[in-house]
Amino acid sequence: MENSVIVIGGGISGMTAAGMLALQGLSVTLLEKEKETGGHLARWDRLFPDRRKASEVLDFAREGMKRVNLVTGVTVTDISRQGREFTVVINSPIPNPQSPTPDHETVLKARALLLATGFDLFEARKKEEYGYGIYNNVITSADLEDRFKLKKGILTSEGKIPARIGIVHCVGSRDEKVGNLYCSKVCCVTGVKQAIELKEMLPAAEVFNFYMDLRMFDRHFEELYYEAQQKWNVNFIRGRLSECAENPDGSIIVKTEDTLTGKPFKITVDLLVLLTGFVPAGSTGDIAGMLGLVTGTDGFINSADSHIMNNSTDIPGVFVAGAVKGPISIGEAIADARAAAIQLAIYLNSPTPADD
Amino acid sequence: MIKFNLFVLPFSLGLIYVVYSIIIHYYRWIKSLPAVDKVKLANGLRTPSKVLASLKEIFLEGLIHRKLWKRNPLLGYMHMSFALGWFLLIVMGNLESRIYHGAYINAPYYPIFLKFFIHDRLVLFFEIFTVPAFFRFIMDFLLLFVLSGLGLALIKRKQSQWFGLKRTTNHSFFDRVALSCLWMIFPLRLLAESYTAGYFGGGGGFLTQNLGNLLIKISPGPAESIAYIFWWSYSLALGLFFIMMPYSRYMHIPSELLLIIFRHCGIQPKKWGSSFSDLELHSCSRCGVCIDACQLNFAAGISDIQAIYLIRGQRDQYVPENIAMTCMLCGRCQEACPVGIKVDLLRLIKRREIGSGQVSDFSYLTQGHPGFAEVVYFAGCMSHLTPSIHIAMEGIFREAGVDYLFVDRGGSTCCGRPLMLAGKDKQSNELIEFNKTLIRQTRARLLVTSCPICYKVFREEYNLPIRIQHHSQYILELVREGKIALQSQHRKVVYHDPCDLGRGGNVYDAPRELLRKISDLMPVEKECADALCCGGSLGLMNTTLQKKDEVTRNVLQFLLAGNPDILVTACPLCKKTFMKHSKTEVRDIAELVHDAIPGRQIRKIMDPQKAEAAIP
Amino acid sequence: MIDFGYTITKDRQLDYDRGDMRYYRLVQSLEPSVDVCMECGSCTATCSAGQFTEFNIRKAHTLIRRGNTESIKAELRKCMFCGKCQLVCPRGVNLRNLILAMNRAIELLG
Repeated sequence: MENSVIVIGGGISGMTAAGMLALQGLSVTLLEKEKETGGHLARWDRLFPDRRKASEVLDFAREGMKRVNLVTGVTVTDISRQGREFTVVINSPIPNPQSPTPDHETVLKARALLLATGFDLFEARKKEEYGYGIYNNVITSADLEDRFKLKKGILTSEGKIPARIGIVHCVGSRDEKVGNLYCSKVCCVTGVKQAIELKEMLPAAEVFNFYMDLRMFDRHFEELYYEAQQKWNVNFIRGRLSECAENPDGSIIVKTEDTLTGKPFKITVDLLVLLTGFVPAGSTGDIAGMLGLVTGTDGFINSADSHIMNNSTDIPGVFVAGAVKGPISIGEAIADARAAAIQLAIYLNSPTPADD
Repeated sequence: MIKFNLFVLPFSLGLIYVVYSIIIHYYRWIKSLPAVDKVKLANGLRTPSKVLASLKEIFLEGLIHRKLWKRNPLLGYMHMSFALGWFLLIVMGNLESRIYHGAYINAPYYPIFLKFFIHDRLVLFFEIFTVPAFFRFIMDFLLLFVLSGLGLALIKRKQSQWFGLKRTTNHSFFDRVALSCLWMIFPLRLLAESYTAGYFGGGGGFLTQNLGNLLIKISPGPAESIAYIFWWSYSLALGLFFIMMPYSRYMHIPSELLLIIFRHCGIQPKKWGSSFSDLELHSCSRCGVCIDACQLNFAAGISDIQAIYLIRGQRDQYVPENIAMTCMLCGRCQEACPVGIKVDLLRLIKRREIGSGQVSDFSYLTQGHPGFAEVVYFAGCMSHLTPSIHIAMEGIFREAGVDYLFVDRGGSTCCGRPLMLAGKDKQSNELIEFNKTLIRQTRARLLVTSCPICYKVFREEYNLPIRIQHHSQYILELVREGKIALQSQHRKVVYHDPCDLGRGGNVYDAPRELLRKISDLMPVEKECADALCCGGSLGLMNTTLQKKDEVTRNVLQFLLAGNPDILVTACPLCKKTFMKHSKTEVRDIAELVHDAIPGRQIRKIMDPQKAEAAIP
Repeated sequence: MIDFGYTITKDRQLDYDRGDMRYYRLVQSLEPSVDVCMECGSCTATCSAGQFTEFNIRKAHTLIRRGNTESIKAELRKCMFCGKCQLVCPRGVNLRNLILAMNRAIELLG
């Protein structure tokens, strides 16, 4: 099968780039390991900063995929390169009408690759002291989004309406003890957004955000923080949780330090939300290994130059877009994917072959 | 007629000096023993079984070096050749000289330089069956034995890797001079005896006679004068060695003898340093096995702080603080030491000197009554960072219907051992008293803890009149008494021995027996007394994070080599340390037991669907 | 300053220009990892002594960095050396050794 481009990863970055490339008249195949496209975006309810519906963005990206050859439920098992041609071998563990016969390998060829394998969420069980998987009323921000999507209200595991909810920033990020020194960038604004959403649903509840720094890095974010304080009375406590414990009634005791008053701080909450950060996707390491791409010490892929060649890699013909390079917001990912698509199109249309 | 020559003087003077020095040392050590220990010594020396046991150990360890053989046969042979070989040379030499001289009393130098004074020719063929031929043979054989060891020692100095040792001791200048003297003694003896035998055409054995003949042939110069020069050199080497001995590593020879006797008489090292510790300091032979066993050496490349350098520093009255404070106190070097020196205690004694000056203030501790129970459960302060352990334990207590009290549920005072590891024993007393009162108030008959660090200090320092168990031992007892039933989950697991539970507490079997009931336990390369430390030790005071990580990653390589499903620990600190680096699941033994209780209530996170269903 | 015979309230600001930085410099040389602290407060939150007393390890070493050592001399004696702070620190500061270093600085510099 001769294609111009193969895009690996069907999240927002992959879909946006694939759609854009298809608009250019190139023949594009998108490979996705799950049964459905959408990546993590498919899981979210509303996006920061203005709380618009995530499904609108998802639908827009899927609309753009009309001329893309979509193959879902497959895993890439090998990639090799001869001259300007790439050979990608996929296998299909999940039966799917669009994919080749189950357990059968298919070989695809392309003249350029776009890597958009994205990220995984940090496994909150690794922070055992926060009690995820141990105490029933400790959930992650992704679990909370699932509950928002169901539109049936927020309850504790005992079926009560929570009077106090805690939101913990920096879980699995900026933490030497789990091996992730980097900041995952978007969790802070997510925490503020979810605090507001919780207050919208439960106006009588008290919401506490436990943060180390508040990274309100983009337009309207600082205003969101202001709104959380002024309109919704969200409490912001600057301090990092050391551990949690559980009361017999299922409520969670949180131990932190209120660094701004300089005193150890203890509070009982009915529900605790952990803002888990980004980790490199499991498949990123595998594919980087197959291609010989360089990853940083944090596990994300290094582009050729973080300012001026941020969508290329050291291998001519291999491009990268989105969270595979590191933590990124959805708006930025869409812009990045479009940039990658243009760069890739230029590369394919260039008359002289790139150096091998 | 007393045979004498001027050249025996260096040897004789050296010998007089070293014997005098040893007597002074022995006198001092014995005199400064506390009265109780002096009585023990006197009684021990009067007890034939103890004397025999001491002699047996002196023979097996001091001469044959059995512990070294077990660790590394080449090393064992090398040390044995010097020790046993030289000892036998002296003994046999004395016998030989008595037979020649016919008298029972000899000048001490006579057996050593016998071949200078007596040189028979090989005459009658029936002499082969007589004593002199036997002695000629045996003396040469023993000399060859020692020389073979010397050859190995030379190789080890240059290429220790061939001996399986990544690193060997970095000796001080003085030790190196003493070493050189020692090493020169036997080749010089060989040359002296050979030249003499060659010159006189007889009197030597298979080695010396043949070598002597060869030497005479190739250097036909004034052989008698050359031989005489070698006899002088031999005597000088011996004399110099003897004079240097009390100040060098070779003091270990007489010291170890006395140490073995002290031990068999029941004398123990004391917490604040004593005559026994001073004796231990001199008994270190600086063999370097402690360096080999130390993980800071082979995993993190730190090789200037091991036991031998601590001991050498102590003997020289100067220990840089760095050496005292950089040690995991894991006990591996202590386990490996062929002399059996209690190195960890020596290091703690030094830390106490450094740390005892600072004042602590624990007046803020307020005693409250915890309540009564049959069994008091002290999870340990670290357990609050690994809550699944104490949650599993509470589940097990409830399942077994035990009347228990989780005394540090809301957070606890530290057990006091981390303070001791920093050398602050005096300061820890207040914490210990506080905890003891707390435990006594519960009127419990059994104290169960989840933390080996707490376990060790409870048993050794608290002097509580109740039983103390680590939770692995307690659970095994519950199973044996039929209070809980367990079903094996048949997962492949490996078990990691925590330092304070294994080497520090001698608990190796209980956790393993328990694990075999609930899983498929796989063996690990280094386990039980040879187990590796996780690297999270509270004994390490000032090592960088990167080095600690290197130690942990190295240990994980060994533990996970067989690809187990789960890595099982029995210590919250080990669990937390491993979880940072391990891709394999790390769980405590209590958690595994809790999972193995059939039909127990399994806690699950409420998933959104259930949450939806719960809303009216 | 001339003594006019009356006093006004002493200012309570942390005057960095008048702080005594010798302590910090000594502590820094003994335990260099103190520099990477991001003041998150995990250490103080988990502190064993912190449940009973106002002892605040984060505050203590921050004050030394600002040149103010007087107020913490008595506080540092409350540490039990349990090591939990070090076990939770997300920046990997060697806190137990830091406390020893601070004690040493106070011992040497008075």
